[in-house]
Amino acid sequence: MSDLLPQLIQQFFNGLSLGAIYALIAIGYTMVYGIIGMINFAHGEIYMIGAYAGLVTLSVIGVSSGLPLALVILIMLLVAAAITAAYGYAVEKIAYAPLRGSPRLVPLISAIGMSIFLQNWVAIGQGARDMAVPALVTGAVQIPFGDAFVVNAPYSRIMIIVVTVVLMVALSFYIKYSRMGRASRACSQDLRMANLLGIDTSRVISFTFVIGAMLAAVGGVLIALAIGKLNPYIGFLAGIKAFTAAVLGGIGSIPGAMLGGVLLGLAETFAAAYISSQYKDIVAFGLLVLILLFRPTGLLGKPEVQKV
Amino acid sequence: MFSRVKTALFAAIIAGVIIAPVFGLQITRVGMATTIVPEWNMIFRGMAIVFVFHLIRPYLAKFIFKPKAKFTAPVMGDKGRKALTFLLIAIALIWPFFSGRSQVDIATLVLIYVMLGLGLNIVVGYAGLLDLGFVGFYAVGAYTYALMYHWLGLGFWWALPCAGIMAGIFGYILGFPVLRLRGDYLAIVTLGFGEIIRLLLINLYDFTGGPDGISGIPKPTVFGFPMARRAPEGETTFHDLMGWSFNNQDVVIYLYMLALVLALITLFVSNRLIRMPVGRAWEALREDEIACRSLGLNPTGIKLSAFTIGATFAGFGGAFFAARQGIVNPESFGFIESALILAIVVLGGMGSQIGVILAAILLTVVPEIARGFAEYRMLVFGLVMVLMMVWRPQGLMPVKRPTVELKA
Repeated sequence: MSDLLPQLIQQFFNGLSLGAIYALIAIGYTMVYGIIGMINFAHGEIYMIGAYAGLVTLSVIGVSSGLPLALVILIMLLVAAAITAAYGYAVEKIAYAPLRGSPRLVPLISAIGMSIFLQNWVAIGQGARDMAVPALVTGAVQIPFGDAFVVNAPYSRIMIIVVTVVLMVALSFYIKYSRMGRASRACSQDLRMANLLGIDTSRVISFTFVIGAMLAAVGGVLIALAIGKLNPYIGFLAGIKAFTAAVLGGIGSIPGAMLGGVLLGLAETFAAAYISSQYKDIVAFGLLVLILLFRPTGLLGKPEVQKV
Repeated sequence: MFSRVKTALFAAIIAGVIIAPVFGLQITRVGMATTIVPEWNMIFRGMAIVFVFHLIRPYLAKFIFKPKAKFTAPVMGDKGRKALTFLLIAIALIWPFFSGRSQVDIATLVLIYVMLGLGLNIVVGYAGLLDLGFVGFYAVGAYTYALMYHWLGLGFWWALPCAGIMAGIFGYILGFPVLRLRGDYLAIVTLGFGEIIRLLLINLYDFTGGPDGISGIPKPTVFGFPMARRAPEGETTFHDLMGWSFNNQDVVIYLYMLALVLALITLFVSNRLIRMPVGRAWEALREDEIACRSLGLNPTGIKLSAFTIGATFAGFGGAFFAARQGIVNPESFGFIESALILAIVVLGGMGSQIGVILAAILLTVVPEIARGFAEYRMLVFGLVMVLMMVWRPQGLMPVKRPTVELKA
């Protein structure tokens, strides 16, 4: 009985760091959906490419370069974000921009094709096998509870939470106060009207894809450092789960994506701990199905009005 | 001209950034150390190609997309079409006897995909419901036969109808709650269901054999006489009955014939369904749901019928797949398989049966021929899906839909 509380805290911490990653990816889904109303199925692949870009950067710098650790990680994050920004931009221009105004299923199928393409693009380029990521951030904070149980908080996971919180706050301010942020909010309310009022909507759409891709890349780099391996197929599952998070929070809503990510991370971790670790994916998919059935607008979403 | 050079340059830089981390700088491990092997050639060549392409694109567009004469398929009368159909069926029946074993085997695979494609065509093409979890029903069919054999010792001919019914029931139960969802949400939920089915098959170890699956599934019998070298005790093999000597080629041809019959049944049934009131309702619903509702059609019931019938065909396909492979495991039923079946329907032209058949042949035979490029198969496949959507979303053989236009 005395172990219960520290165990819960440990699971809560694990869930929080996992959820932070989901939240980072989910923002890309939710922003794109909010503006052009399509599910960017290839977004999970962008996250995977971000992780690879981080690893490539690290290998170029070298693990024992003598540079301060914080600087190395910062460079990794920045380079990965820059590269995925190019990916996000190009994917939008090639696969989605020519399809604007076509029926809903057409861009979705195009996105599925893009997702398969990117997966195999990386699998051919860097090999399809698992790749080890050097453990840059080692060690953990250990908080003893009583005399038997110790809550273990690795620095790499603390880093995930801290970086995510910083980015979320920065993003919220950016969306709220910057010119581009205002334009993107206007577009998510009414794309055509925003266009009529002189907003360059195609630039706003590109911007949305770029921001989403950069956040996903940060998530990819951070999780690769924490887990220590990656392969070209991690994007599919992570993408679906992040989409679940976006739907859970209410698709189209940025705070919703953050909330949904954290909730999903917690649900998955607790399911793995207290039901069975083999069923954690089923829990995530089951949650997705249940939310869409009973509350398709999510926790913070606005209901969509259907007009004739 | 200057602005064009500018955009081309921009595109080239983007291309460089895209190629660099994946192909330009390859991570290789030498012993313990990880090193980077830069391939500058690759990067610069890629950038150059993109640069040139962007420069000449406007001319290219003028050059290629000239308003050319519209291609229209020759229209045949009912008699001509019937004759052609019978001719094709006759060819399909005769050629395996004059052909190699591996060709017939590939043709059997093609027919399985034709069956699946036609089944999904009902859901996606006719009713307009994007189902990304179709492979789940295929898995249900395959496992129904595998489990019925494994636990009850029943043969293929008992299992075949059960597999169809079982997959249909799954389609009904899963479809019931989700069909009031909007298009893209429906797609994601069906994807979720497909994955859940696969994960359950992996995790219900005691019942389904987990990741190893179930092996040793027998081939279908010919009217109760097994088609194998040796029969189980108390039974006669088919070749003993006929007084032939055993030949593996016969088994392959027999499986091909079965697949052909199943595919033809699927073709016939779906061809008839679309002319029945329910088929008309599917198409009407696909075009305009609100108008349908105001005319008194019940969208949920109509969608559910499409979903269930599509799933049933997937179940038949699955049972046959299990019989052909002799082994089922969850690996065969991943999302990629769903995407492949969807690609068949999309490539063929949604709702077009002849298109689906052609696309199934194309997507199965081309990878078999280009085995040397096996690792590029999925890459090209993804690219084709994107390009099809951009250039020809109506597919290779689009259906001509009767339309009436009001002239103002």
